[in-house]
Amino acid sequence: MESLATVIRYLDDDGQACHELPLWAHEMEPLLECYRWMVLTRLFDQKAIALQRTGQCGTYPSSLGQEAISVSLGQAMEAEDIFVPYYRDHGTQLMRGCGMHELLLYWGGDERGSAGGPAQDFPICVPIATQCGHAVGAARALQLQNKPQAVVCTLGDGASSKGDFLEALNLAGVWQLPVVFVLNNNQWAISVSRQQQCGATALALKGIGAGIPSLQVDGNDTIAMMDEVTRALERARSGGGATLIEAISYRLSDHTTADDASRYRPDDEVQQAWKREPIARLKQFLMRQGAWSDALEQQWQEHCQHAVAAAVKHYLEMPEQPPEAMFDYLYADWPSVLDGQLQTFAERRQRRLGE
Amino acid sequence: MNIQDKTMVEAVNLALHHAMGADERVVCLGEDIGVNGGVFRATVDLQQRFGEQRVMDTPLAETLIAGSAIGMAATGLRPVMEIQFMGFIFPAFEQLITHAARLRNRTRGRMQCPLVVRAPFGGGIHAPEHHSESTEALLAHIPGIRVVIPSSPRRAYGLLLSAIDDPDPVVFLEPKRLYRIQKQPLADDGERLPLDTCFTLRQGSDITLISWGASVRETLLAADRLQEQNISAEVIDVATVSPIDIETLCQSVARTGRCLIVHEACRSGGIGADIAAQLSEQVFDCLQAPIQRVTGFDTPMPYFRQEQWYLADPEDIVHAAVSVVHYQ
Ligand SMILES: Cc1ncc(C[n+]2csc(CCOP(=O)(O)OP(=O)(O)O)c2C)c(N)n1
Repeated sequence: MESLATVIRYLDDDGQACHELPLWAHEMEPLLECYRWMVLTRLFDQKAIALQRTGQCGTYPSSLGQEAISVSLGQAMEAEDIFVPYYRDHGTQLMRGCGMHELLLYWGGDERGSAGGPAQDFPICVPIATQCGHAVGAARALQLQNKPQAVVCTLGDGASSKGDFLEALNLAGVWQLPVVFVLNNNQWAISVSRQQQCGATALALKGIGAGIPSLQVDGNDTIAMMDEVTRALERARSGGGATLIEAISYRLSDHTTADDASRYRPDDEVQQAWKREPIARLKQFLMRQGAWSDALEQQWQEHCQHAVAAAVKHYLEMPEQPPEAMFDYLYADWPSVLDGQLQTFAERRQRRLGE
Repeated sequence: MNIQDKTMVEAVNLALHHAMGADERVVCLGEDIGVNGGVFRATVDLQQRFGEQRVMDTPLAETLIAGSAIGMAATGLRPVMEIQFMGFIFPAFEQLITHAARLRNRTRGRMQCPLVVRAPFGGGIHAPEHHSESTEALLAHIPGIRVVIPSSPRRAYGLLLSAIDDPDPVVFLEPKRLYRIQKQPLADDGERLPLDTCFTLRQGSDITLISWGASVRETLLAADRLQEQNISAEVIDVATVSPIDIETLCQSVARTGRCLIVHEACRSGGIGADIAAQLSEQVFDCLQAPIQRVTGFDTPMPYFRQEQWYLADPEDIVHAAVSVVHYQ
């Protein structure tokens, strides 16, 4: 097999239906819900970047242009499902109950940012693709305990080159695990393009080799994403095994705030990609359906501005952790043989704070 | 000879240009090292000058970068592989430990593995999680690989050239906190500095301060402050942390009778512990005080808001050195 049959999409670049829509998409509420979260996610993103630029947050990976992937996951997942994220899924994290101030804390270099979210969800994974193993492990645990939940694991196109991903896919295929891999193909892994990353025509082909239903979906088409993610989750929960979804999108921003994409990426490519971005696309669709209006847009924008501003205030006003917080949560019970280090630390603290 | 002020990261770049220009067998590989010139700019302009055949952007796969570098090294090339951050070197460990370190030994000299692994490491630049650890001891524990850590632009240039010349695998760890902190006049004269050798940076008679990598900076600052208190500190940069030039360290400590070891890495099972053990084996009779260490703590490197609490500052070093000097 040289390629997959087709890239699944329902909305064209202008938000016109280009295929008969799935039944559920005739109800506007789920799509409106997605749209609102996408707008909030984008405003949050802008604010995080502004905070980084003014020295109030650390290096931050933008999700600009990829909101439909995150938000479809947030919308389609049940609260009890398990999310195993990489670092670019702010939308899903917010929808699953992480506070915006917590995301800011994490990227602002404060451990408390990893404390939020549902108890079963994994923290953001920074080392590329290492989370894939956790996802299949969690899926196996659900399977053995006969729990009707599913695991969602996200990763980037660069991550698909790592053994960790291929090994996890392989196991998911062997054990028919309740896991959905969502591969965010945003075309670039820092400066390395999709073509330099893999010689196959579709990254989803890697799932075929593992015996897993695998598809390419237009990741900027919220309807297509919602539909396929929902279907894959149902398959997982009902014992049908794993799915690999290659969500085709584009990273409209720099890789992170520490990156300058203009060094390696042609401008006109970015300009072209803006024409396919997910928020404008869904908005046009919703407007045409009469489900959204300029007035609603303005109201919602204002609401989001307030919510983001309140979260930023909360973040900035949080008192620092005490210096010895680095010793907290290292072990369930503090090994008393390490007391000497606490003592050294206390002396350092006293000296530096002049106590 | 054109002498210019260079930062450490520029010195690394200069050494790579020099080595690639002088020897066609030298190739570079890694993530984002080509068009982008590396995320820290250490490989800037290399691909422009030497082409995509010799300066290779790889897929995102550290095991593969190391494994293929071993294959290249055993087949006539001199690969210099970049691991983008040392926090992501672990997938390469299997290849480095089980193969690179022992290819010569296993084949009774029939094969060799002249590769260099470059990786920025250490804290202090406000990087995200997993980007700031100092895990040199994990590598130093493996027989058959050299672990080299420069602490200034000039030593980065000279040591990297020697690492590339070396017929065995060298892990070359670049303290990224020092990448841009200091400039030194540097000529691109190809002058090598020896591996397996400590560098005495400052002579002194009251105490020997031993360090490597980024903490050499704070250690030198501490030595200045100790001088103000009339304590004369000798400062030694270990530079090759495996194998260690214990001879130089012994000679110094035998003279001063007192020793403080400073490192950024966590405390237990570290290179400082090994140096202390070797010194007590060899110069115990000369010691006038127990050997002390100023180190990181046995905790994960905290996220960056708290990293200053993990990193020792010059005052912490002064404080410990004074207690060693005043020990009765
Ligand atoms: C194992 C590992 N190697 C290298 C890095 C440094 N790094 C961080 S993000 C990144 C690119 C990831 O690209 P991709 O998987 O496509 O995801 P994207 O960031 O584009 O969403 C790299 C190389 C890392 N975090 N982990």
